[in-house]
Amino acid sequence: MTQSDGTHSGSDAGHMVNGQMVTVDGTPLKASLKRAERKRTLIAFLLVAPLLTYLLISFIFPIGQMMWRSVDNPQVVTTLPKTLEALDDWDGEGLPDEPVFEALAEELAIASANRTVGQLAVRLNYEISAARGALMRTSRSVEDFEPPYKEDFLDAHRLWNDPAFYRIIKREGNPLTASYYIAAFDGTYNEDGEVVLQDENRRIYIDLFIRTFAMSLGITLITLLLGFPISFLMASLPMRHANLLMIFVLLPFWTSLLVRTTSWIVLLQQQGVINELLIALGFIGDDGRLGMIYNMTGTIIAMTHILLPFMVLPLYSVMKTIPPSYVRAAKSLGATPWTAFWRVYVPQTLPGIGAGAVLVFIISIGYYITPALVGGQSGQMISNLIAHHMQTSLNWGLAAALGSVLLISVLILYWVYNRLVGADSLKLG
Amino acid sequence: MENENPGEVFVAFDRVQKSYDGEELVVKDLNLAISKGEFLTMLGPSGSGKTTCLMMLAGFETATYGDILLDGQAINNIPPHKRGIGMVFQNYALFPHMTIGENLSFPLEVRGMDKSEREAKVMNALAMVQMEAFAGRRPAQLSGGQQQRVALARALVFEPELVLMDEPLGALDKNLREHMQYEIKHLHEKLGITVVYVTHDQTEALTMSDRIAVFDDGRIQQLASPADLYERPENAFVAQFIGENNRMQGEVESIEGDFAQVRLDDGSMVKALKVCVSEVGDKTTLSLRPERALVVKGDAQYANMFDATVKELIYLGDHIRSRVSVCGRDDFIMKVPNSSDHHSMRVGQSVRIGWSEHDCRALDAT
Repeated sequence: MTQSDGTHSGSDAGHMVNGQMVTVDGTPLKASLKRAERKRTLIAFLLVAPLLTYLLISFIFPIGQMMWRSVDNPQVVTTLPKTLEALDDWDGEGLPDEPVFEALAEELAIASANRTVGQLAVRLNYEISAARGALMRTSRSVEDFEPPYKEDFLDAHRLWNDPAFYRIIKREGNPLTASYYIAAFDGTYNEDGEVVLQDENRRIYIDLFIRTFAMSLGITLITLLLGFPISFLMASLPMRHANLLMIFVLLPFWTSLLVRTTSWIVLLQQQGVINELLIALGFIGDDGRLGMIYNMTGTIIAMTHILLPFMVLPLYSVMKTIPPSYVRAAKSLGATPWTAFWRVYVPQTLPGIGAGAVLVFIISIGYYITPALVGGQSGQMISNLIAHHMQTSLNWGLAAALGSVLLISVLILYWVYNRLVGADSLKLG
Repeated sequence: MENENPGEVFVAFDRVQKSYDGEELVVKDLNLAISKGEFLTMLGPSGSGKTTCLMMLAGFETATYGDILLDGQAINNIPPHKRGIGMVFQNYALFPHMTIGENLSFPLEVRGMDKSEREAKVMNALAMVQMEAFAGRRPAQLSGGQQQRVALARALVFEPELVLMDEPLGALDKNLREHMQYEIKHLHEKLGITVVYVTHDQTEALTMSDRIAVFDDGRIQQLASPADLYERPENAFVAQFIGENNRMQGEVESIEGDFAQVRLDDGSMVKALKVCVSEVGDKTTLSLRPERALVVKGDAQYANMFDATVKELIYLGDHIRSRVSVCGRDDFIMKVPNSSDHHSMRVGQSVRIGWSEHDCRALDAT
């Protein structure tokens, strides 16, 4: 009797009401579960909250700012609103009519008074190189202009005689612009306002992107070639020896970047250790000193050294989990050592190779300090140019556009990797 | 296979020694001959050297001294992939990045077999272990037992004459393990292959083997058929390792032909079969299987009869496991058959027990 009672209430405990599982007292099972889990969810959230806040403030927000800056275009809209309105009636052919110049005179005078004309001049100068001079010179004398203003303007600077200048003002009279991105891909506007490639001798960025990608790819391949055997050795050695080797691999991590780079300079420069040694051994003559630094070779050598641990660590952690019985099994099945290695061992290291390659590639694509120190002219990467636009030319919009292109291409690469290999197979140690 | 002869030596270890560090021997002077078609099990506790022997035979370890012969040829210097020995590993070692079909096809592929022939052989081998339906799956999608069958099929698909198995059933649960034991045994009988099997599970060894080599401390302690090993252990280690036994320490008092009178530590005298003792005064361990110690009924007579006190009774269905105090020992185990009169025993009661001198073996002292 007791037995059957027990069974009865047991089957009753989880009964269905309106197609929903409910608990004994009739609350839906899902709601009950949610309540029971609420505390745990709250604790989990509290645990991640500090980092989340930090990331929001220091990472997500600045990246958002950067991407916003790459399209933000407030200068013309805020300084010349009436001029833009007047330009709406202009057909784009020949010079605009008097109302445009009237508005222009008024707004330039205001801009000159509250010192916003400088920003406008810099912004328009990105689009046409004489704009800065035209605006600055005109703004100094615009107070004295008399109606009809058109003639005064035409006399003030030759650029006011160029219809293209008005087209540019009209085009950039939008709060958002694509011109930074167009510039980042070596594009420009032609006479008809269409986007075309720059003249061949003025193209910089596409080549630099290609060079950056090619160098990163090369560095990734070299770190893989150098890192695979050492990881393999470490994974097969007993713990004590493996740890010693690991220390050597990690040494680059523990030395200051500047010290490492300086030592590369000492080794690689024209009068450096390697060149002197090669001459002393008679391999090269005194006039045949190798240029191994302040060029692409120098950047690749130094960056390979710095990024090697990022390849070795994931490789090692994956290889350590591969039991020796797989290769043994392959051999017992008749595979030669090479076939066993290539067909059985290497495929199982793919998650490590993938993780290492993605890490090294992504880090090197945005690498700045080493190319800046040992890159010379031919070893520069895209990040050096971004830094140039932020620090020297102060074209933040272009810097932001270049940075966004870099960011987006990394995300695309990651997406491709995810489609091909699966990101959940990444093993980062 | 025309000159198939069951007595023919197929695998031989000839005075093989193995050391890893140059200081200690893991395998000490191993001599072992395995006939064609035999199922030989290397049984022993971990660290006894049995797996090392298997690895030397497979070619993954080199013998420090001595020869290993396969079909009369020394194979010490032949690399593993040229030995043509099938092997089943403890963790199955199925290649995780290949399907079951590709796993089985691998040994045929590296032998340069063409595609149609490969496919036929793969399906054949899978059918042998009832796994045809799984050819397209990955190892991770299979249960432990299924992986085990596939590993077995892979070791057999290239038709090796010798198959090594390194604790292949260690990771399976009890029911599945027992089932697979029979399956492997039947495959062995059907294919006529020679199997060298390593395990630390004595039941497994007793179930499957033609002969068992009991390993301890780098030596074969005894090489015999399962029945011999259980009935006639040659030393105290084997007696203890295979099945259950009562051990009693004592000293030889006198010797009469094949039997010895042994004085136990508490002074009682036991007549036992002389196995490892040769003269009066030798220290010895007496070994007696629990099921050979009997409750004396009526006026039955045994060479050894003692008064015992029942300490504990455990009801196990077919027999009552009884712990009694006798000859100064508290841990003497008897298996009393569950006959209609078993109720006569009570804890604390005195019973008269006895055993034949043929069932009690005087082994080496340990």
